[in-house]
Amino acid sequence: MRSLRTNKTLRTNVITYAVVVAAFVLFQCLGSAGVLSSTMKGQLVPICAYVLMALSLNLTVGILGELSLGHAGFMSVGAFAGAVTASAMQDSVQSSALRLTVAVLVGAVLAAIVGVLIGIPVLRLNGDYLAIVTLAFGEIIKSIVNNLYIGMDANGLHASFLNNTIVLGEGGRMILSGPMGVPGIKKTATFAAGFILILIALFVIFNLVNSRAGRAIMALRDNRIAAESVGINVTKYKLMAFVISAAIAGAGGALYGQAQNAIIATKFDFNTSILILVFVVLGGMGNMLGSILAAALLTVLPELLRSLNDYRMLIYAIVLILMMLFNSAPAMVQWREQMTEKLRKTFGKEKKEG
Amino acid sequence: MLTFLNHLINGISLGSVYAIIALGYTMVYGIAKMLNFAHGDIIMVGAYICFFAVSTFGLPPIVGVLLAMVVCTVLGMVIERLAYKPLRSAPSLAVLITAIGVSYFLQNAAQLLWTSNPKIFPSFLVVTQQNADGTQTVKSGIQFAGGQLSVSYATLITIAVCVVIMLVLTWFTEHTKMGQAIQACSEDKGAAQLMGINVNTTISLTFAIGSALAAIAGVLLCSAYPTLVPTTGSMPGIKAFTAAVFGGIGSIPGALLGGILLGVIEIFAKAYISTQLSDAIVFAVLIVVLLVRPTGLLGKQIREKV
Amino acid sequence: MALLEVSNLGIAFGGLQAVSQLDLKIEKGQLYGLIGPNGAGKTTVFNMLTGVYKPTEGDIILDGKNITGLPPATINQAGIARTFQNIRLFNDLTVLDNVKVGLHNQVRYPMWTGVLRLPSFYTKEREMNKQAMKLLKIFDLDKEAKLKASSLPYGKQRKLEIARALATNPKLLLLDEPAAGMNPNETAELMNTIKFVRDTFGIAVLLIEHDMNFVMGICEYITVLNYGRELAQGTGDAVRNNPKVIAAYLGGD
Repeated sequence: MRSLRTNKTLRTNVITYAVVVAAFVLFQCLGSAGVLSSTMKGQLVPICAYVLMALSLNLTVGILGELSLGHAGFMSVGAFAGAVTASAMQDSVQSSALRLTVAVLVGAVLAAIVGVLIGIPVLRLNGDYLAIVTLAFGEIIKSIVNNLYIGMDANGLHASFLNNTIVLGEGGRMILSGPMGVPGIKKTATFAAGFILILIALFVIFNLVNSRAGRAIMALRDNRIAAESVGINVTKYKLMAFVISAAIAGAGGALYGQAQNAIIATKFDFNTSILILVFVVLGGMGNMLGSILAAALLTVLPELLRSLNDYRMLIYAIVLILMMLFNSAPAMVQWREQMTEKLRKTFGKEKKEG
Repeated sequence: MLTFLNHLINGISLGSVYAIIALGYTMVYGIAKMLNFAHGDIIMVGAYICFFAVSTFGLPPIVGVLLAMVVCTVLGMVIERLAYKPLRSAPSLAVLITAIGVSYFLQNAAQLLWTSNPKIFPSFLVVTQQNADGTQTVKSGIQFAGGQLSVSYATLITIAVCVVIMLVLTWFTEHTKMGQAIQACSEDKGAAQLMGINVNTTISLTFAIGSALAAIAGVLLCSAYPTLVPTTGSMPGIKAFTAAVFGGIGSIPGALLGGILLGVIEIFAKAYISTQLSDAIVFAVLIVVLLVRPTGLLGKQIREKV
Repeated sequence: MALLEVSNLGIAFGGLQAVSQLDLKIEKGQLYGLIGPNGAGKTTVFNMLTGVYKPTEGDIILDGKNITGLPPATINQAGIARTFQNIRLFNDLTVLDNVKVGLHNQVRYPMWTGVLRLPSFYTKEREMNKQAMKLLKIFDLDKEAKLKASSLPYGKQRKLEIARALATNPKLLLLDEPAAGMNPNETAELMNTIKFVRDTFGIAVLLIEHDMNFVMGICEYITVLNYGRELAQGTGDAVRNNPKVIAAYLGGD
């Protein structure tokens, strides 16, 4: 069968899968060998969650080409939907793996639904205006979840909004308590689960991008007017990318939630949305491997800098600014290209374009 | 009725603060085509400078305000030179992320320098009367309708300052050479340069004006809501940014309209619907408006050349 | 019944009447030219025909179907494809992928088939590749198939745009200044290619051009536009010798 992708794309994709597998094996081994500190061990699942978030946002920003400033909203929906589901199943389902799977599925589906609801009005806008509306929706989701109360008793789930008017029957308990969020989560997330989810996300994204639908989405990014002129339904494909992105983000959120003792709505705010955007931009738009590395590194960086204690966030900010300048400033880009040319000439290597 | 008026006035006052902040966003966006996420944090810096000048060093309030303006202006210009200028022709996302980095930097530097213990901003927008018996009465506002409606001086001054700033700025952009230069650079940097306009100076000036306005906004904001922490500027920054887009990004009257409307909606939502949901309501209104008028209330309808 | 019947077409932008009272009839497989001074409204006519602008008056009937004011994607699906005055390629996609996007509605499979890599994905992609390469070969772009579209020289970018438009299987192809920036050799080659395309695929071509040799050499019928109105229409010779046209546009000999 003739290769259907350009060799370069296939190579990049395989390398990405390989890196993920290698990283998993490496850290799993380090973990079992007792080499990892407990902080590091505790970071493994959150890193997977942030990687999923970065991948999902890269689909919207890098592949579809639309700036989303509210992606933490999808993470929130996933986290809370997952937490409520897992908590509701706590007594009836013993297998934590099963609870996690259901939580992730519910989180992804609910986030996808929210993605459709938001996408239909939002995706009609363009550029900065679309970005601002995604920001607005992110804040709205945060407000809604912050005022939501869900309790469970023998009769099932009960919900109320703004005030806790739930009257619990025999053996009932509150799961989600408005601003208190969901406390007392029985953690079900594992590093292996995170690893599997990342593989699934990569599978979906790579296969989508390298298919008819993916090309349509990228055509929209590159030139919307030209895409329309060749018969591509703009709303349909914008929505498709957005909703798939939301679903992956929801799965990431659910995974994240199941790795915490408690979650509150205000954690998933504009700052978190920006954090994920930083991963995507630093890793390179459309570059999935870049997103993975950036998300992993930047999540770990504050921990690594912990020794510098008070100064660590300051250094994080400086590192961020310097990295952006180094990466994108035209003067720097030119300098880098000149350096690369010099190195190439010095070592006489001729890189063959695959 | 009087409560309604009270809320309306408070809304306009809060909106005035948002409008002043939004002005900074919109002017910078117009000329540099970037959303300066660090703007909200310059507000915070301005408030802190004024706080220290007045509360710690006992300087007269007007000196405090001027000092805040000077520091913020310099800060804004330095940030532009160091962090934004190198990225002028880079994709807009790059400079956005850098702005976010600057925002983090300012917040964390503030935390290091001044800790996150809340500072109480001095209320100096008051009138101190000397009484006949040698005591002092501090009047913080005026009363209407036999004491049923009281409006604080801070509220009134905020609105007045906003109006003055708008008038001055409109006069500036339309009747001075520098103002025209800013408009020209906003339309087409290349052409402006060919006309002999120093683009770098013009952009620096725009950031300077925006930052000075931010300082004023910081003082006014903290006069109304006196708790000051390193993250104080963050939410108002986001809201003012929303207001600027709401009114039509790049439009000065749009920033005014967007800011005032946002303030009024927020206060009314807090008063008549729910305090907890007021933010959500404000953002929901924004969404509805943008869906109906996709380029904002006063924004230009840009026809894409095909 | 003509392939394209335009009657009383007009559009006003605010106070400016950009095009008014335009009648046009294009037959199946006809090579039709639209010429006139700059600012005459030619591209505006294209934009109305392809749904980018909504006409404020008049009707556009394609193959018996009224397509006036429909959105661009729908009009393309009905059978009109176009190129642009300022080239609009998908710059970050490869040359091959640009054409494959053009084939989007010709070779279809659902999103899930692609994501799950079901067997029909492979057969459909193979089919698409075949069709795309065939089109690229017509324009002598098959060797550059794997290159990024933005890396092509200007002349080849223009040809790629035409190839992509052709991929949508149109009944009518609108070319907006296809020979702009081309040297005489390339222009002659393009003339032959357009004739070849018309003969092979049986599609009508409506083109805007300023190069009179090109227009006269290829167009069977011409409409001359001036200030948004029809100045003259007829065969190449009729138009070339029309005094009004000479005065407004062509100039004396």
